[in-house]
Amino acid sequence: MSVNGHPSASPDPPARSSLLEPAPGERWRLLRSRIWTGVCVACAGIVLLPLFSILLYVITRGVSGLSTSFFTHLPVPVGEPGGGMGNAVVGSVIIIGLASAIGLPIGILAGVYLSEVGRRGRLANAIRFMADVLSGLPSITIGVFVYALMVVTMHRFSALAGGVALSIVMIPTITRTTEELLRLVPGHLREASLALGVPAWRTTVFVVLRTAAPGIATGVMLAVARISGETAPLLFTAFNNRFWSFAIDRPMASMPVQILTYATSPYKEWQDQAWTGAMVLVVLILFLNLAARVIAARSMGAAR
Amino acid sequence: MDRVEQAPIEDADSTSVVPPPAAKGTVPSPPGPEGLGSPEGPGSRRGDLVFSSVTRAAGLFLLVLPAAMIFQLVRASHLSLSEFGLGFLSSTSWDPVRLRFGAWPFIFGTVVSSVLALVIAVPISLGVAIFLAEMCPHRMRKPLGFLVELLAAIPSVVYGFWGIFVLVPLLREKVQPFLGEHLGFLPLFKGPPLGFGMLAAGIILAIMIVPTVTSISREVLLAIPNTHREAAIGLGATSWDTIRHAVLPVARSGIVGAIVLGLGRALGETMAVTMVIGNRPEASISLFEPAYTMASVIANEFTEADSDIYLAALSEIALLLFGVALVLNLLARWLVRATKSRVEQRA
Repeated sequence: MSVNGHPSASPDPPARSSLLEPAPGERWRLLRSRIWTGVCVACAGIVLLPLFSILLYVITRGVSGLSTSFFTHLPVPVGEPGGGMGNAVVGSVIIIGLASAIGLPIGILAGVYLSEVGRRGRLANAIRFMADVLSGLPSITIGVFVYALMVVTMHRFSALAGGVALSIVMIPTITRTTEELLRLVPGHLREASLALGVPAWRTTVFVVLRTAAPGIATGVMLAVARISGETAPLLFTAFNNRFWSFAIDRPMASMPVQILTYATSPYKEWQDQAWTGAMVLVVLILFLNLAARVIAARSMGAAR
Repeated sequence: MDRVEQAPIEDADSTSVVPPPAAKGTVPSPPGPEGLGSPEGPGSRRGDLVFSSVTRAAGLFLLVLPAAMIFQLVRASHLSLSEFGLGFLSSTSWDPVRLRFGAWPFIFGTVVSSVLALVIAVPISLGVAIFLAEMCPHRMRKPLGFLVELLAAIPSVVYGFWGIFVLVPLLREKVQPFLGEHLGFLPLFKGPPLGFGMLAAGIILAIMIVPTVTSISREVLLAIPNTHREAAIGLGATSWDTIRHAVLPVARSGIVGAIVLGLGRALGETMAVTMVIGNRPEASISLFEPAYTMASVIANEFTEADSDIYLAALSEIALLLFGVALVLNLLARWLVRATKSRVEQRA
């Protein structure tokens, strides 16, 4: 602090050059600062190691099994060459479609409620809080819940139950992103519409939601990315199926469950299939995440 | 189903809700349609009512859901609740053949693996969060944050798969022999190097909760107003002193919230843990031994449960897991929210 050359701070003023140098205690503080900065940088490096290791393994091991038959053929018994997990790919698409059909309307409407109707009210605060809490709950317990709710009453595993379980996983996320994006819509758009005599609900749907649509689309992509890898809620809802199945009231195969089955099997051919499946899943999820980023960045740029 | 009951009750309320009387946000309250004499007549007012009721019903769904989950889980597990009572928590026998069930090995496995994950993940996550919020050059901030978030995007089953083929062999051939040789006198590191076991589960969990702890801590750090930092720097503090004495103390309870949230994640994580923990229902102090967690036993045995009481016991474990995670998440969210609003008020 005496570096600034206050006369009373240093009774015996040394040469100018040493004034600019830190005092002995100062040097230690600077060094300590450097060390901790280094530690933080190292942490950032360490954290990326598993990410790169996983991506590397999944891609190098998975790419060799990639072929059209992977997407079009049924799984074959051990020992037989070829085969794929086409039924699991289709099953995943159907189950995710069901989950979206249930989860998106509820999630988006709840987000609209938080941003446009309830706002700062007590009920809205409670819902907002619960949405945050729900997004952190173990997905396996959602599976048990849906089992008790649907599988027990319908007396069989079904793709529909899987869809319901995944919709519960996605609703809180969708709600919160929708709310946050609707809040970004400038108030004067609402005012202009209301001033023209447009009813509030039409203003919300055709002005506010429309303006926020690209952002909501990215939120939807992220939510779909999240549920497409979920395994635990599907284990005892959609279960698994070795054959082609398009009936939503029957058990259905899905990519994550199929990967799990093959990955934990002792057979090399199945493990190879699992790597390929994992690669397809990871690439899909990376793509959705990246695309969501790009769209978000672009629509933010357009809004300014 | 809610909306039918809700519409008449909210009738009187919604006129005051649509144009909020005390909207603190940036949006000034729009004039109510009826105030200006809506050109579309009473029809549009009904539209508004229906619309707000429908959205409110969707919102209420989120409030009802946890209650419904608890109700269903209690109902599914009542056989076990009445049969074993509180002894379920402390009993160590898990014997589907003789229909005796106790959850202690699973509770133990869940707690130990999660705590181990926290011990590994928290320092690293805080380092990354501090780096991202306080030190990182502006241009690197977004890509690095994205990469950390990608860790959260990778599916659990892929983590488990990677664990089986990369992490477990690494532990078995390199890490565990090394630890056993040098720290083998500690009971933590006793036993043969199997690879599969508590240590593998803890490490996998640590990797999986890093994004949660990092992103929430970073959020809290970024919410702290720059005046704190400027004041410290103005007093001649180094950049680390600034973080240590002017930023971290203010962020403390929010960071604790982030850690609790990470703990909640770790407790409920299922597939990756199931694939590497070895799945043996024994409570052993050694990290080298196989163990079992609550989530894993549900995942492995739920579809194989061949008796009602077996299924009820598994449901009770799910109920327990759900209850603990619910409490932890409530606590964590409250901490994070309280910190952020306190900091924002002060700003």
